[in-house]
Amino acid sequence: MREEQNVVQQERQKLINGLYASHKRRMRKISGAALATQLAILLLFIGLWEAAGRNRWIDPLLFSYPSKLFDQLWTSMTDGTLWPHVGTTVLETIVGFVLGTAVGTIIAAALWWFPFLSRVLDPYLVVLNSMPKVALGPIFIVGLGPGFSSIVAITLMVTVIITTINIYNRFREIDSGYIKVVRLFGANRLQLFRLVILPGSFPVIISTLKVNVGLAWIGVIVGEFLVAKIGLGYQIIYGFQVFNFTLVLSSLVVIAVVATVMYQLVSALERKLTEGWRER
Amino acid sequence: MKDTSALALQRLSHVYVGDKGASLAVEDIDLSVAKGEFVSLVGPSGCGKTTLLSLMAGLFPPTAGKVLLGGEPVKGPTPKVGYMLQQDYLFPWRSIRDNAAIGLEIQGSKSKASMKRVDEWLKELGLEGLGGRFPHELSGGMRQRVALARTMVTEPEVLLLDEPFSALDLHIKMQLEDVVVETLRKLGKTAVLVTHDLSEAAAMSDRVIVLGKNPGHIRKEIKVPDEIKSADPITARKLPGFQVLFEELWAELNAVDRKEGGGDA
Repeated sequence: MREEQNVVQQERQKLINGLYASHKRRMRKISGAALATQLAILLLFIGLWEAAGRNRWIDPLLFSYPSKLFDQLWTSMTDGTLWPHVGTTVLETIVGFVLGTAVGTIIAAALWWFPFLSRVLDPYLVVLNSMPKVALGPIFIVGLGPGFSSIVAITLMVTVIITTINIYNRFREIDSGYIKVVRLFGANRLQLFRLVILPGSFPVIISTLKVNVGLAWIGVIVGEFLVAKIGLGYQIIYGFQVFNFTLVLSSLVVIAVVATVMYQLVSALERKLTEGWRER
Repeated sequence: MKDTSALALQRLSHVYVGDKGASLAVEDIDLSVAKGEFVSLVGPSGCGKTTLLSLMAGLFPPTAGKVLLGGEPVKGPTPKVGYMLQQDYLFPWRSIRDNAAIGLEIQGSKSKASMKRVDEWLKELGLEGLGGRFPHELSGGMRQRVALARTMVTEPEVLLLDEPFSALDLHIKMQLEDVVVETLRKLGKTAVLVTHDLSEAAAMSDRVIVLGKNPGHIRKEIKVPDEIKSADPITARKLPGFQVLFEELWAELNAVDRKEGGGDA
């Protein structure tokens, strides 16, 4: 009898394990196929570009081609001329998006704390948000001098308003039940903010940080277009002025790589910080 | 009138004022709850049940009248009153233990000793060993138990229950009713329960207050017979007198609807 039960048990387990294994196999196959297709598209694109450039189907002066780009990159990497540009731009971007998110959160907190202030400032925020902030660039350059601080200021301008609006909206959307819970325990406004509003908005703050990575790149590159003597944006503008489009395109490739790495790092940070934290 | 009750409402009225106008939610409520008593408020939607609970909790001051807690007027939320909401509202970023301790943290009484009390309460309510988990890992019934623990650790004298079981499955709901009644009886706490569920009101309370609406007022007070009162809620439902009590409540609520023409409540 016991023996028989054991056999049934084993049979059942085997069936379940088998189904799970085949499911995993199928999923792996799909992932593998997707990755292979992605790689194929990339290689095809590079190959076509190379062929088109070499065979003069497209103007190589304007569009260059991959092996020339690679040469350019390799030379500038080995002789070290690329790194100061990358370093400066990356630093400006990081300072820009971290500062933008932090300042935006602080302004949002002030708006939440003083509802009258938010009521007064509302139309101004709307106007500022719809304005192309980079247009303020020349003012910053004259005010702060050409260089690091005016580029960061432009980046801050690009990120801070939208950050404020997003985070303030989240502050107001916190479920009133949570607020009731702490108020019933006699919480004051600071405790309410610290225990409910801020931690409850944490995922939104982190995802805003992610959005700001992208926005900060725009601010930094535009800022560098306008003033810089160093940086990837400067390289692009310089390449354009001397008609070296290989330099322009290789800078773009570097930006794509660095921006992706930065985005992935912030995503990893997000996953780490919101671990265990899940909406019901 | 000298009042020795745990909780008393005297000529209580409340008007809500909003952008769309002002409306009278409850009018002229007189109610007194003795220490250790369990009172339920039932009535159609819009009869001001939750308004009454909020006033008792001191969430906002009444427009007229008084709320007395142990003879003292209520001026705001106090540690003497505990409140359980319809949903558990556990903070998803806090562990179960930290969720249960949030009242202590707010009231500035978080210490080694009081955290031990938290653990004891979790154990008492069958949540031993789950303190390090997060709310999303628990079932609805377990989460509502955590909410009960959170309310109990601050050692309130009076417990206000705002339909705390209504979002649960019947089976879990009846279990939790038992847990709550048993816990309150053991500690001699006073409780006011707001509910839509007549059988819940009948099974748990010592006294059921039927409210009418437009504006909210007390229509009738029904005393629960002793044998039902003293039984735990699950047993109470099986007693012969229970059906009679239920019918009485049912008839009373129907009368509210007929008289006030609010059949869609």
